[in-house]
Order: sequence, then structure tokens, then C-alpha cells
Amino acid sequence: MKAGSNLERMLESGNFAVTGEIGPPKSCNGEVVRHHARMLKGYCESFNLTDNQTAIVRLSSIAAGKLLLEEGCEPNIQIVCRDRNRIGIQSDVLGAAALGIKNVLCLSGDHQKFGNHPTAKNVYDVDSIQLIKILDGMRNGYFANGEEMKDELPKLYIGCAANPFADPFEFRVTRLEKKADAGADFCQTQCILDMERFERWMELVRARGLHKRIKILAGITPMKSVKAAKYMKKFVAGMMVSDDIIERLEKAEDVKEEGVNIAVEQIQYLKKMEGIAGVHIMAIAWEDIIPEICKRAGLTPRPEV
Amino acid sequence: MIIAERKPIDEILEFLSRYQKVLVLGCGGCVTVCLAGGEKEVGILSSELAMARSKEGRPVELVQKTVERQCDFEYLEGIRHLVKEVDAVLSLACGIGIQTCNEAFPDKNTWPGVNTRFLGVNLNVGEWAERCQACGQCILDKTGGICPVARCSKSIFNGPCGGSQNGKCEVSPDTDCAWALIHDRLTRLGQVDSLREIMPLKDWSYSRDGGPRKLVREDLELESGK
Ligand code: SF4
Ligand code: SF4
Repeated sequence: MKAGSNLERMLESGNFAVTGEIGPPKSCNGEVVRHHARMLKGYCESFNLTDNQTAIVRLSSIAAGKLLLEEGCEPNIQIVCRDRNRIGIQSDVLGAAALGIKNVLCLSGDHQKFGNHPTAKNVYDVDSIQLIKILDGMRNGYFANGEEMKDELPKLYIGCAANPFADPFEFRVTRLEKKADAGADFCQTQCILDMERFERWMELVRARGLHKRIKILAGITPMKSVKAAKYMKKFVAGMMVSDDIIERLEKAEDVKEEGVNIAVEQIQYLKKMEGIAGVHIMAIAWEDIIPEICKRAGLTPRPEV
Repeated sequence: MIIAERKPIDEILEFLSRYQKVLVLGCGGCVTVCLAGGEKEVGILSSELAMARSKEGRPVELVQKTVERQCDFEYLEGIRHLVKEVDAVLSLACGIGIQTCNEAFPDKNTWPGVNTRFLGVNLNVGEWAERCQACGQCILDKTGGICPVARCSKSIFNGPCGGSQNGKCEVSPDTDCAWALIHDRLTRLGQVDSLREIMPLKDWSYSRDGGPRKLVREDLELESGK
């Protein structure tokens, strides 16, 4: 065990893992985070806490992670490379570890252009792959500059993202390989709204044996409306939404219900797919739907490991 | 080359509002090539300024001059007599030329007439694009001759990030993804496997992050007998 988190134990014992995601509020109202934690407790091994997602200022992911711990839930804090340099990031990782946070997810971060501070300067001192390497170094006792840590080492279970829907298609697999080389233990994919493309990507992943080196959690996002699906297809860079999903939503009497149906079917399908170690449910601004999805997909109760 | 763009006329008028006699100073280097501050632009701007000031009922006297290079103290020596006769200088050179003037003529203001935009290339008539950020340690040898520092919106070294689609960058459908370009170029050269290696952390101390940079070449100093 590297960090001994719930997530690590679930994945390393070969159980199908479930992770969720909680977006911290645009305020210092920690009750919002606590409320979600109480509602979702027991449904997921750990919950991602986004780090100023889409470059909009929000309550910090580490602080939210601490709130989750206080509610008895396990956090997976996201760290993006946009806002902090190697000094700030390492310091925050030490702080997070001191608070008892064990899972850390390394991301490039959305460009600030689309956030609420588009005139900000971005940092990108390091990129997401270099960040994984830095954290791997830290848990093995070294700072990014090679200096040895003299005291307690941070126990980290290191995650990354993979986007099978971005381009160049085949290189996305190489990039996952680079992340595994850098030291990532698990990977959560971009939400799957084009299963055919995802399967082709997984074929390439398996051909290189990557699923044996890194645990892959497939991203699930229930669609709330036809408009949202169409928007994602058209305007979100690195997203793909297949026509049959849009068609199903369009034909549905209750679109939200159909969105949940699709998510549940996807999970059941993914459970049987070779190389899939779990699912990551990102119900954006719809966190309270997670319990229903988990129940209907047969993911409850969570096994004890 | 350095790409610059003339500042809006109102901003320039504001700078010059309290002066009666101004030297409009062009540069024969990059800004001439990118049509922002050469002899021709000095002429055009001068007539615009003169017209605007006459309209306001406060005419301004303008002296026009374009030197070979404003970033060179030697060339500025040749216009010292002109600067003496005016209240202020309006420079249409890049930020380097403007500062060199301010340094050469410390008793008079030299005002910026252009916004210095980036180090880039002329793609088409009226279209320029950034190519280099002078990071101080060139890595073009590893990236198929395409610069990720200047051309990737996140300056990442192990791209492309998850926002790259159809060769375009997540920030805009009009922006090429530098890492898609790097990937395609290396594929074409049969060297794409080199991208499997993780590029190490960048040493930004050679870049602006190390503080203002200065280059001293002792070989040249010795040669000149200094
Ligand atoms: S790597 Fe550095 S020096 Fe080379 S082109 Fe890019 S910014 Fe310029
Ligand atoms: S899409 Fe390409 S150019 Fe844009 S930030 Fe990502 S890697 Fe860089």
C-alpha cells in the first residue's frame, strides 16, 4: 500500500471501484460541501474535489477535502498546474497530507480564458505529467529539486486524467503511458458520451498492457438536458457526444430520467469491459443523483476491504 | 522579428496633450517590416495627430524622423540635436527602442506609440503569429522545430493536453494546438517515438523568471580591447 486510502484498497484488491465528484461552492460556505458529503457518504470510495474548475474561483480543494474528512468521507483532491508553481504545489501537497488527505489527482487545468478571471496570468511552471513525477518523488522522499526530505514522507495515492476523446487519438494512449511511467496509480477518464470511441481507445490501452500498470476508472456523466448534451458536443473542447445519445434524450418524455438510464446502462456495460477498474461519476451540479445511479447500477452497498 | 501594433490614437493624444512640439520617431527595424512604426507610419500618424489637435484648437508642431534602429545608442546619437528642440518624443519603435530613447535622452519623455505584441512571423498580408518567448534555453531540437513555450496556450512540455481536438487548441478554434503540430511534424519525420519520453521540468531561471537577463560575452569584450 502506498497511501492506504479506501480508493487504493478497493482498486488494489481488484474490486470494482466507484468515485464521485463534488464541486466546491463559489463562497466560503463549507456547509455546501458538508451537505454533499453527508448525502453521498457510503456510495463512493472517494470524492474528487475540483480545483477551481473551469478557472472559476471556488473554495479550495484542500480545504474542501478537510471538510469531507470531518464528515467521514474520503477526499481525492484535484491539483491543476494553472495557478501554482512547483513551490506552491509541493507546499500544498505537504499540507494536504498533514491534514490526512491521501488521494491526489494531477491535472493541467482548464485555461483561464473561459473562467471568471480571464485577465489573470497563468503559471504552468510544470505540466500534469511532470506534476505526477513530482508527487511520486515526494512520496519516495524527494522534493522536485532532488533534495531529500528529512522527516515524515507524504503518503499519496496518485491519480491522473485521460481523455480518449481528444486528439491525436492514438497518442492519447501514449500519453496515458507517460502518466503511468511518471508514477500515476490510477486514472479517471473524461466522461464517456461516445462508447464506441471509448472502446476503441480501450483496445489500444489493452494492446499495450496499460490496464495492468494503471487502474482505469471510466468517467460517467448523467445528462440533464438535450441542450447540455448538444452544448458539450459542439462547444466543449475535447468532448464527443454520439448522436444516439442525443437522439435518446430527444425522444425521451422525461429527459433527466433518460439521462440516468443511459448512465446506469453505461456502468453495467463498463463493469464487464476488460481493463476497467471502476467508474468515476461526475454529476455536474447534480451531485444528489449519485445515490440513485449507484443503486440502480448495482454498486451498493460498497464492499468492505 | 518583433511584432508591434500602433496604439489607439486617443491614447497617444492623451500622452501628448500638454506638448506643443513633438518628435515622432520611427524605427527602420522590425516595426518597419510589420508596418507599425516605420517611415510611412510616422507620416500617417503625424497627419492624424496634427489634424486632431487642430480640431481641438490646440495645434501641435510635429518633427518626423525615422532612424535605422532605435535599439542602438549609436543611431540615437545622430538625432540628439532634434530631440533638443522638442518638448517630447513619441516613439513608434518596439518597447526596446522606446526604452533606449528614454535612456539616451534622460531629460525628456519618450512616449510609447505602439504596443509591442510578440516575437513572431508574418503569415499573410496583415496576419502575424507568435513563435518564440525567448525562454533562454531553446528546446526546438526536441519538439520538431515547433515551440511549445510560445505556441501552446499552457506552455506545457508533455502535450497535448485533453483540450486538443481536430488540431485546434481549447482556447479557440482559430488557434492551432502546438502539440498537435509537434506530434504531426515528428510523425512526418519518423521521430514520433521520441515523444514517449517525459520531458523534464523546465529550468525557468534562464527565462524572465530568473530576473532581468543580461548577456556578457567576454570574447567580444577582449577583442574590442575594453
Ligand atoms: S524553446 Fe524557448 S528559445 Fe526556443 S523558440 Fe521556444 S521560447 Fe524561443
Ligand atoms: S490544446 Fe494544445 S496548444 Fe492548447 S493548451 Fe492544450 S496542448 Fe497546449
